[in-house]
Amino acid sequence: MTGEALAFYVLAALTLASGLVVVTSPNIVHSAVALVPSFLGVTGLYVLLNAEFLAGIQILIYAGAITVLILFVIMLTEGGTGMRARQRNEQGPIGAAVAAAMAVLLITVATHTAWPRGAGTLPAYTTAAIGRSFLGANILVFEGTSIVLLVSLIGAIIIARKEE
Amino acid sequence: MPTLTHYLVLSALLFALGLFAVVTRRNSVAILMGIELMLNAANVNLAAFNRFAAPGELQGQIFALIVITLAACEAAVGLALVLAAYRSLETIYVDEINVMKW
Repeated sequence: MTGEALAFYVLAALTLASGLVVVTSPNIVHSAVALVPSFLGVTGLYVLLNAEFLAGIQILIYAGAITVLILFVIMLTEGGTGMRARQRNEQGPIGAAVAAAMAVLLITVATHTAWPRGAGTLPAYTTAAIGRSFLGANILVFEGTSIVLLVSLIGAIIIARKEE
Repeated sequence: MPTLTHYLVLSALLFALGLFAVVTRRNSVAILMGIELMLNAANVNLAAFNRFAAPGELQGQIFALIVITLAACEAAVGLALVLAAYRSLETIYVDEINVMKW
């Protein structure tokens, strides 16, 4: 087994095991904290896929910002923990069946399709290439995304504001 | 050597975990966590297709970056909605939020 394969299986196990804790833990704070190793496992997969800039952004936004935001909302809404309340609705078996059917469908499609193998290689420094692309061919996407960010910032402030 | 199929199978499993959280959790914050897991699964797919199917281009990674940005927007607006619902209805359990106007 090569080092890359070993790293892939370790990172995949980390991601899926902590993802399982996120979806099954009866304590909502444990779920939120278990998001961090799951996101870090995905970060390692990005490094394996030669996407270093994506890995850095993943740590900054997901492992840093979104987890802290979720913990803040848990603190503001439940007085710190949701341990007393029932966390699962009555659809457990049906939901598990739907999720398993979805996984089987996706895995079947992924393993039975002949995916094309592209030619060429990724640039040695993807960060520089991504920066050039965002200020060149993809500038419209870049500007559109910044407008969406601004709108959602204003919307979040207005929705969360206390009414006078 | 992990191939494209390895990454696709992993992201299918991660997506199914997120879907399970979305359909069975009562707490709306836990539902948002499930959505984040599903978005992560999609991003792994995008980066894997970029690496294996079109390594000459960077469009997959750029798309994944935009998905991450929009996921941050979605988390901010979604959590603001959870706070607003808690303030007016005093619950964040989605099966108890069943009035359209109070």
